[in-house]
Amino acid sequence: MKTSFVLGALAVAGLAAGAAYAGTLDDVKARGTLNCGVSTGLVGFAAPNASGEWEGFDVGMCRAVAAAVLGDANAVEFVPTTGKTRFTALASGEVDMLARNTTWTFSRDVDLKFEFTGVNYYDGQGFMVPSDLGVSSAKELDGATVCIQTGTTTELNLADFFRSNNMSYEPVPIETNAEAQQQYLAGACDVYTTDASGLAATRATFENPDAHVVLPEIISKEPLGPLVRHGDNNWGDIVRWTLNALITAEELGVTSANMAEMASGTNNPEINRLMGTEGTLGEMLGLDATWAQRVLAVGGNYGEMFEANIGESTPIGLARGLNAQWKNGGLLYSPPFR
Amino acid sequence: MASRSHPDAGSFRLSMLINDTRYRRVTFQIIALLLLCLAVGYLISNLLTNLSAAGLNISYDFLAEPAGYDINQRPIEYTSQSTHLRASIVGVLNTLIVAILACVTATVFGVIAGILRLSKNWLVSKIMAVYVEVFRNVPVLIWIIIIFTIMTASMPAPKAFRGANAESSMLFDMFAFTNRGVYIPAPQFANPLFENGLLNWVLVIAFLLLSFLGARALGKRASAEQASTGQRPTTWHLTLSIWVAPIGALMVIMGLYFDYPALKGFNFRGGLQIRGSLIALWIALAIYTGAFIAENVRAGILAVSRGQTEAAAALGLRPNRVMNLVILPQALRVIIPPMISHYLNITKNSSLAIAVGYMDVTGTLGGITLNQTGRAIETILLLMLFYLTISLSISAIMNVYNNSIKLKER
Repeated sequence: MKTSFVLGALAVAGLAAGAAYAGTLDDVKARGTLNCGVSTGLVGFAAPNASGEWEGFDVGMCRAVAAAVLGDANAVEFVPTTGKTRFTALASGEVDMLARNTTWTFSRDVDLKFEFTGVNYYDGQGFMVPSDLGVSSAKELDGATVCIQTGTTTELNLADFFRSNNMSYEPVPIETNAEAQQQYLAGACDVYTTDASGLAATRATFENPDAHVVLPEIISKEPLGPLVRHGDNNWGDIVRWTLNALITAEELGVTSANMAEMASGTNNPEINRLMGTEGTLGEMLGLDATWAQRVLAVGGNYGEMFEANIGESTPIGLARGLNAQWKNGGLLYSPPFR
Repeated sequence: MASRSHPDAGSFRLSMLINDTRYRRVTFQIIALLLLCLAVGYLISNLLTNLSAAGLNISYDFLAEPAGYDINQRPIEYTSQSTHLRASIVGVLNTLIVAILACVTATVFGVIAGILRLSKNWLVSKIMAVYVEVFRNVPVLIWIIIIFTIMTASMPAPKAFRGANAESSMLFDMFAFTNRGVYIPAPQFANPLFENGLLNWVLVIAFLLLSFLGARALGKRASAEQASTGQRPTTWHLTLSIWVAPIGALMVIMGLYFDYPALKGFNFRGGLQIRGSLIALWIALAIYTGAFIAENVRAGILAVSRGQTEAAAALGLRPNRVMNLVILPQALRVIIPPMISHYLNITKNSSLAIAVGYMDVTGTLGGITLNQTGRAIETILLLMLFYLTISLSISAIMNVYNNSIKLKER
């Protein structure tokens, strides 16, 4: 009994000691796969499809990084994480990066020692109610029962919103989006609140989406983005510039369709630097020259990924809105590739 | 070993630590202890190294900061501006509420099912056998989810109570069964003696406790009189007044009235809401553990030899007195020790509350607080300390009880 305890403790200690904090790039290369933390299932962002393959907007981000680092968009081990387990998974080294619609906040960045590598979706918290409830504004929700995913910033926003409007509510904390959906549809809560994109994604999976409305109020800023651990700046740079490459490609008009043509050399030096035909940007990252080409080959540029997974032609039907390029009145603005 | 010739105490050689059975035992224990200390020390130093490598530290300062989140079931005053510490206390109280409710109910279920399983009535004993086998062989988490799902899916939503010809109506205009929980009338005091609502209830419990002690003293005196004179005095009217008069007077003084639930806005307001999550957790833990307790009770009764029953019957005792005076007191000696571990299990299993969103201490301190502050190690240590304290307390109390009923050896 005592010996088995000692052996077990040693084994655990060995595992814990293996979780290194630096050299994530080398770890990933040595392992041959990228461990990417995603949500447990949010259609459009990260969910397994009918044949069991993960797909979605956040999944695309994971695949892009895998393509840049390993040259294979499928060399990704997807680790489903809940709102509660995601940070522990990242901090302990169980995943190399987290692409799980996680809001960039001060305390997560500074206190939890994570590094947000950019924003891949500008979101805000909204409310969804059944249309027959007859509510047209979130200000009318005094006394309502609200389903909410526990362990998220939405929980704090919700408390603040109701307090600042002098309203009362009854929170029903729920672990995952799927359970929340079940509770909401059964009428155990009047309102479901989460990020507006999540509401749209959830509503799209309902049998009768038209019987539910998303209220116009957006009560918070939720910049969602991929994140990595503090202390490995090179790895953080790779994830950051993979995202920037996707955004820049859209800005410069590089798509999956015209990529081969662009890669053979253009008159635009920034496209050339992005494609690796000019300069040594890839080497500076610790990758090869054509890393960005592989990133774009996965699912196209940012705009293509957006349209394919969550855009207006999909059941989720999100408009670009804040997530349009800065030239089109959105907030997407990548630092230049030079 | 005593027969072996002992070497002199003075001629101790180092090799005897291995070769001499008298020392070998101690040697190995010391080696094992050293290894254990080394392993624990390594784990701790590994943790500290990794924490400092990640730039983290261990600090409990977060407990004094505002929690920022709301909790639905609040036994004590709590708002989103209260501290994380207060949120944890709310969680602790919620854990204790469900644990106590489930322990009491499981005991009732278990004792009834255990005795009925020994019934001579074939149907009754088989039904109880099915209950025991079905409930203890399916994980308790599944039962929690099944009951919760049944509640939310089959009970009407509050809006079904609305309108002139509503689909659902309240029972006696007092009770409302909805998929958000059961609403019952709440006892309130018009002129409470204390500002703090909780203290009034402490007072009520104190009165009930005094009545209990009074009634017991009366019963003892009656038994003493019966022993000396052979005549038991009639005490039921005295007992009744001891129970009713003090508490009745207190209720009149404090002005007891009932606050009935009524549909207002989205939900029922007023009254006392027993949330679906509490009901699901409570019932699931009670029926699940009740099935185990039933087997303990059955084992305890079967452990009392048949001769005892027959001897008691030969003395002319009626069957229910045989059970109460002869069999159960002896069976309790077998029943109580495993019962302790079932009570501990209920308390620990209550941490499955998160499956239905019941805000116990695992949900507040180990869930939302952990998440919002990121202080995983600190909160988990606190949680471990809490469950350890509660478990050891239950053990201690039950051991005292066990000592009082166990066979007195003279």
